[in-house]
Amino acid sequence: MQSQTTNILIVGVGGQGTLLSSRIIAQVAVQMGYDVKVSEVHGMAQRGGSVVTQVRYGEKIYSPIIKKGDADVILAFEKIEAARWLDYLKPDGLVIINNERVNPLPVMSGKAKYPDDIHEKVAALIKKTVVVDATDIAIRCGNIKAANVVLVGMVSQALGLPAEEVEKAIRAIVPAKAVDVNLQAFQYGARHLTN
Amino acid sequence: MKKLMIGNAAIARGAYEAGATMATAYPGTPSTEIVSSFAKYDGVYAEWSPNEKVAMEVGAGASIGGARTLVAMKHVGVNVAADPLYTFAYTGVNGGLVIVSGDDPGMHSSQNEQDNRGYGRFAKLPVLEPADSQEALDFTRLAFDISEEFDTPVMLRITTRLAHSQTLVEEGEVKSRPLKEYKKNAAKYVMLPGNARMRHIEVEKRMLKLQEYAETASLNRIEWGTKELGIITSGVVYQYVKESLPGVSVLKLGITNPLPQQLIRSFAAQVDRLVIIEELEPVIEEQVKSWGIKVEGKELFTLLGEYSPEMIGERLANVTPAPGYGLDKEIPARPPLMCPGCPHRGVFHTLRKMKLVVMGDIGCYTLGALSPLDGMDACICMGASIGSAMGMEKARGEEFASKTVAVIGDSTFVHSGITALIDVVYNQGTSTVLILDNDTTAMTGHQEHPATGVTIRQQPTNKLDIEGLVRAIGVKTVRVVDPLKLDQLEAVLKEELNRREPSVIITKRPCVLLNRTPDAGKYYVDNDLCTGCKLCLKAGCSGIYYLEEEKKAVMHSSCLACGICPQLCKFDAIKKVEG
Repeated sequence: MQSQTTNILIVGVGGQGTLLSSRIIAQVAVQMGYDVKVSEVHGMAQRGGSVVTQVRYGEKIYSPIIKKGDADVILAFEKIEAARWLDYLKPDGLVIINNERVNPLPVMSGKAKYPDDIHEKVAALIKKTVVVDATDIAIRCGNIKAANVVLVGMVSQALGLPAEEVEKAIRAIVPAKAVDVNLQAFQYGARHLTN
Repeated sequence: MKKLMIGNAAIARGAYEAGATMATAYPGTPSTEIVSSFAKYDGVYAEWSPNEKVAMEVGAGASIGGARTLVAMKHVGVNVAADPLYTFAYTGVNGGLVIVSGDDPGMHSSQNEQDNRGYGRFAKLPVLEPADSQEALDFTRLAFDISEEFDTPVMLRITTRLAHSQTLVEEGEVKSRPLKEYKKNAAKYVMLPGNARMRHIEVEKRMLKLQEYAETASLNRIEWGTKELGIITSGVVYQYVKESLPGVSVLKLGITNPLPQQLIRSFAAQVDRLVIIEELEPVIEEQVKSWGIKVEGKELFTLLGEYSPEMIGERLANVTPAPGYGLDKEIPARPPLMCPGCPHRGVFHTLRKMKLVVMGDIGCYTLGALSPLDGMDACICMGASIGSAMGMEKARGEEFASKTVAVIGDSTFVHSGITALIDVVYNQGTSTVLILDNDTTAMTGHQEHPATGVTIRQQPTNKLDIEGLVRAIGVKTVRVVDPLKLDQLEAVLKEELNRREPSVIITKRPCVLLNRTPDAGKYYVDNDLCTGCKLCLKAGCSGIYYLEEEKKAVMHSSCLACGICPQLCKFDAIKKVEG
């Protein structure tokens, strides 16, 4: 077992399914015998607001929240959310950005412009930036809603989590009828990062 | 095997293990999942009460009746329950009673960030503060024993970060506890002045005994490290201290009312520098200072919001903050907003269009206050809309009232809107009240309530007839409209605002998250007809957006075809996909 702590920040828009991703990764860490803490967001922000879920595992975890500059991975379900939380990334950390645009209220009401090239700005700053069309991959797997598990596949590949443990966690957490689609989504995601 | 649990589920488990057979609550972030988790256990009774006061009273009755009882609410809910709580602190318990206060530092989902440890001091209750889910379980179990041993309700004070963080929990044995015997004891339970005076003596005696208990209780512990710096802390902030200040000495308080004065004195005497780190109010600090102990606290740490590990490292370990990239300053904010297809959207669009003064209330529809809907003038607390509209009218006159509405949701109306409507009728107001009936308590995650006709366990029950209730109060005109039919809604509003007597408009349509109707069809924007006027964007819906490059509106895949934006379009450019 590695002794240092692994910190994963999962960010997105309320309703995108960030909670499920964090629960799968956390379950994998539990299965592997780590101490684990997950900080979730419930309530008002779930109505389309900016949401952040934090997963930490290692030998002994105290704080359920990650310090700025301390995240090994930022998994962004939406482009500008990656930029919003970027200060939490470790200097040599990895950013995975789902190439998805969800307009926030100020953009909808014409008070602000959506910076459509934001992922390029992130990539210019962060060496380890991966941009992915998780939604497209999920559609190929047969369910647009499995985009979150595509992203789980990429994170677990990056962190070297054993595939059989992730699959076991997916079986434990996802409703029975959605298991096959999600297992496939996980494998697509894992392979996507390798390529 | 240990398993991950959010703090709220661990509290429910702790109560179940302690043999609690009753639990009551009104939903409220961050406390909601406590009683919804408890309701899943076999052989227990759980209810969504209409409000926190009723939850507390049902809890008090259950306790007097001999059952171990859990009562849960968010911090502002305790304000609603405060009346029975303060006096129940005098009578004490029969079966143990634990009240959970879900505080919300940082106001993730609340209208204020009051620190309910204050209630412990004010109502003379023991207050326990767990720091992770395992402690949430263990402290809850122990709280029932404390409650019975010291004959007092016990407050378990948690914060959002504890309530909604998952940490590892080892479940314990479930104790079966038969009901305690019920014997009539009017001197203890009938709070006439003569009896209450005697009980107050008991309350003060109890607090002294609890203070003695706190001196040696396992709930409080010292973790010795370097003596150069000693920290006193409680709750989840303890975890931030351990994270950011490894090696310092820590007095971790699990019971924060009453405080263990001797233990704190002895800890203070052994460290060179003493700092108290507590979110929100200086509840511990002020008491410790009053004992003449030199301590730092709020001169280092803010009264505002939620703390973080880096804040503690920066103040006390000279950690330089991570420089950051500053990209967050370049991007638009993302406040929460009504869902695509939300029935509230039509209401707020119409209210803004009619330039009405809107006295609002607590629920998803409070989001109607945000731009571009901008449809709210005031929102104070649960149920305040109707009373404050009445106050506006009495202050500024009937003419002003004809441009003012109160807006309240179905669950909130049942919670605490009914009595204010009685006031309007009784004191001859002319208020126009909109009850936004979406058949659920949506904001907190779709809990049942008396007007849904379903219990917490999904059992069918009597369905409160809101229309009949409103008529029985004495409101002569009650209109029911579909909030998605904008013209109709506007016409009804005009009629009722002009009526010089109270009227109620019930806008009736279930929450779109309950009734997803994919067969409602899809809309598209006809590029030839769209002029790029952006009128459709006034709905503030993420189901339609604007392409700057093409100067056209485009439907987003999240559109649920509610039909609001086609009604806003003057060029008939938003069309239904045929077939």
